[in-house]
Amino acid sequence: MVENRPWLTFLSHSVLMLGVLAVAFPLYVTFIASTHTLEAIMQAPMPLVPGDQLVENFTQVLTAGSTKGSKAAGATMLVNSLVMALAIPLGKITISVISAFAIVYFRFPLRMFFFWMIFVTLMLPVEVRIIPTFKVIADLGMLNTYAGLTVPLIASATATFLFRQFFMTVPDELAEAARVDGAGPLRFFWDVLLPLSKTTMAALFVIQFIYGWNQYLWPLLITTDESMYTTVIGIKRMIVGGDAANEWNLIMATAILAMLPPALVVMLMQKWFVKGLVETEK
Amino acid sequence: MEKRVVFRSAWLPYALVAPQIAITLVFFFWPAAQAVWYSLHLQDAFGLKVQFVGLANFATLFKDSNYLASFKVTALFSVLVAFFGIAISLLLATMADRVLRGAMAYKTLLIWPYAVAPAVAGVLWAFIFAPSIGILTYILKGWGVDWNWIIKGDQAMLLVVIAAVWKQISYNFLFFLAGLQSIPKSLIEAAAIDGASPFRRFWTIVFPLLSPTTFFLLVVNIVYAFFDTFGVIDATTQGGPGQSTNILVYKVYHDGVKAADLGGSSAQSVILMFIVIVLTVAQFRFIERKVQY
Amino acid sequence: MAEISFRNVRKSYGELEVVHGVSAEVADGEFVVIVGPSGCGKSTLLRMVAGLETITGGEISIGDRVVNLLEPKDRDIAMVFQNYALYPHMSVYDNMAYGLRIRGLARSDIDARVRRAAEILELGGFLERKPRELSGGQRQRVAMGRAIVREPAAFLFDEPLSNLDAKLRVQMRAELQALHRRLGTTSLFVTHDQVEAMTLAHRMIVMNAGRAEQIGSPLDVYANPATTFVAGFIGSPPMNLIPSERGGRPVLLGVRPEHLEPCAESEAMMTVDIDLLEPLGSDTLVYGHLAGGRDGTRVAVRLHESVDARTGHLAVRYDPAKAHFFDPQGGQRIVS
Repeated sequence: MVENRPWLTFLSHSVLMLGVLAVAFPLYVTFIASTHTLEAIMQAPMPLVPGDQLVENFTQVLTAGSTKGSKAAGATMLVNSLVMALAIPLGKITISVISAFAIVYFRFPLRMFFFWMIFVTLMLPVEVRIIPTFKVIADLGMLNTYAGLTVPLIASATATFLFRQFFMTVPDELAEAARVDGAGPLRFFWDVLLPLSKTTMAALFVIQFIYGWNQYLWPLLITTDESMYTTVIGIKRMIVGGDAANEWNLIMATAILAMLPPALVVMLMQKWFVKGLVETEK
Repeated sequence: MEKRVVFRSAWLPYALVAPQIAITLVFFFWPAAQAVWYSLHLQDAFGLKVQFVGLANFATLFKDSNYLASFKVTALFSVLVAFFGIAISLLLATMADRVLRGAMAYKTLLIWPYAVAPAVAGVLWAFIFAPSIGILTYILKGWGVDWNWIIKGDQAMLLVVIAAVWKQISYNFLFFLAGLQSIPKSLIEAAAIDGASPFRRFWTIVFPLLSPTTFFLLVVNIVYAFFDTFGVIDATTQGGPGQSTNILVYKVYHDGVKAADLGGSSAQSVILMFIVIVLTVAQFRFIERKVQY
Repeated sequence: MAEISFRNVRKSYGELEVVHGVSAEVADGEFVVIVGPSGCGKSTLLRMVAGLETITGGEISIGDRVVNLLEPKDRDIAMVFQNYALYPHMSVYDNMAYGLRIRGLARSDIDARVRRAAEILELGGFLERKPRELSGGQRQRVAMGRAIVREPAAFLFDEPLSNLDAKLRVQMRAELQALHRRLGTTSLFVTHDQVEAMTLAHRMIVMNAGRAEQIGSPLDVYANPATTFVAGFIGSPPMNLIPSERGGRPVLLGVRPEHLEPCAESEAMMTVDIDLLEPLGSDTLVYGHLAGGRDGTRVAVRLHESVDARTGHLAVRYDPAKAHFFDPQGGQRIVS
């Protein structure tokens, strides 16, 4: 702040408070709704203080889902979400870091061709090739499988570029010193490059964890079996009709389950999260 | 920029790129090629016969008033999402950059909607705005507003815009804050010494210096509105009422999965690919420009 | 312990040849400095010895082995890089031990070697630190330690002192000399700094534009530069090169600034119009240009006493025995 203007500081805080309020309000309502009976919520206006049904609602959704819509148990869905949220970043980091290593540290025929191939995937998000990708998965017998949920999503141009960019900043002399020390390419990769990439990997992991957890269209397409639903899909499948027909208390309890893990990751790993976000987009 | 040649191996680099390339081929290139192929063919109702029809699927599309309407809806939706998403987060970031005390706390409290899935964001706002039981519906009724997005198209649009913007603010906020913090304080101080008021400083110095960030976010937000908001739409309006929130991505899904119109849906996919390519090129133009700074 | 020999070594990148056939011998235990301006090919030459660049033509041998096709690790050399190239995530100890571990040495053997090197380099207290916790000079020593522990046949230094500040550079120069006296390992040292070359080298290879212009001991090179390039590159300020005539042929007359001495106008062999005085304390540098029809050639004079600049010019003479003559076309020395 350059000069002291109390009214401006006051205004700043007011605007920020308002922003925080707008951001937090839906969360608060969600939480309140998840602590009441359906009857309580159905009254307009719904209560704005917590009720006493928290344990009941969460027990219900964790073990048996809703009664009218999807009956997938929340616990199973959380496991499925977790599998996606872990397998996607781990798979993505693994295949991206090794392909970036090959592209940066080797010269070989077709190198640029591969590079462009990976680059072009940026222009083919799943949303634009829905039907044919679905057919490929169906033909490979990967519907309703973890492999089907995760493998097609682990190819990533951005992650490969991020590692490539990072490797470019690693001094050439480091690789040369390792070579003089007698390290071959894999040894250099393992002993030097990977330890140096730790922060990049952590940042990428946080971003991709959220990406994996929040996947929607993809699991919507390829999971028809309730036991394979992810939490986000489960919420959608609990909505069965007009707003009065839904068990909002259970839907909101599931929504809390769906938000909690990624929100915790963002809050607790804020440093990596911000770094990952800002750097993957560069 | 290239590395000095360091390692040599006849097989290792191929082995290292193989997993990435294999997945890319099977799940990206092959489906994309199929989309192009289907878009040029017509399949009969039983999927028994396939006939080459050239660009007929595209011609049909551009004669289809629903498809053209979907273009307009998408344009309106993405402009609204990008504008409000950017304006609100710029305001918040500017304020957060101003205050010394509590800046970190505000940041923490403002960033977490990033963690919320678009579909979940849609469900939350659909609940809050639910026509019969929603808490905000109740308040609006008190003000004499008849709120029912299930039957009113413009309200449905407003709902999905609010949900989409709400989720995206945290992302924009972080980039603006980073952009603001990278502006040298001495520039602001110099302007203050020149007598520029805070308001004037913002429009004459801060905003122009932020323009690369703003442009970048503009492209990102448009991409977001085009593609990533699928979940918001599907969990709330499902394109309705009528066609009022039927954005292009949702229509591809609907026509392909629900209506099983393979040729038409593939033609739409091809058009979307074209849009993505244009947006990606725009984004990279930006990166090139940034490099020159 | 080994000698290194270069036999007509060439390097090209595609069409562009950057090293045009260098031949030289480095004796066992000798400290040879390759010196030249940036882009002269000196680092490329060193990197070819290390095996970090392929050799386009000719042969390099270390000891009695031609190493052209050997991997760096098989050449029995160790290298110290300009930016030290320490592994940032490893402790000082691990940085030094890494190469030994790869070679599969016994743990006790590694430990003994690292501790001995640490003792020589006075790094004993820093073994557990990470490189970023060290000063520039300490990092430099770790880089040397990493080379020493390997007990290689030859050390290769690629401008190792150029990232240090001036004072530290002088100190490290002394330490390097002491180290070499102690270990007696054949060393090749690349630098662009002629003072470093003069002070460290047993013999130096002066390179220019991909060629070895002169190879010899520092004092010999200084006293008898083979070309105008060497005359200009070694010594500061550089040797004065004055267009002149000798036996009816045009030549370049070379006289070092310290060999020009002030004299009475009557004895003057040339007169300098003074542009600038630089009093350095121990002596004074006079920069000016030649008066009287010699098209204003710039000259420098090193004086041991201060000079009265108010006259604006200085009459100087030189001992003809200390004059050098060069061919103005090729720059080669004319041997009289």
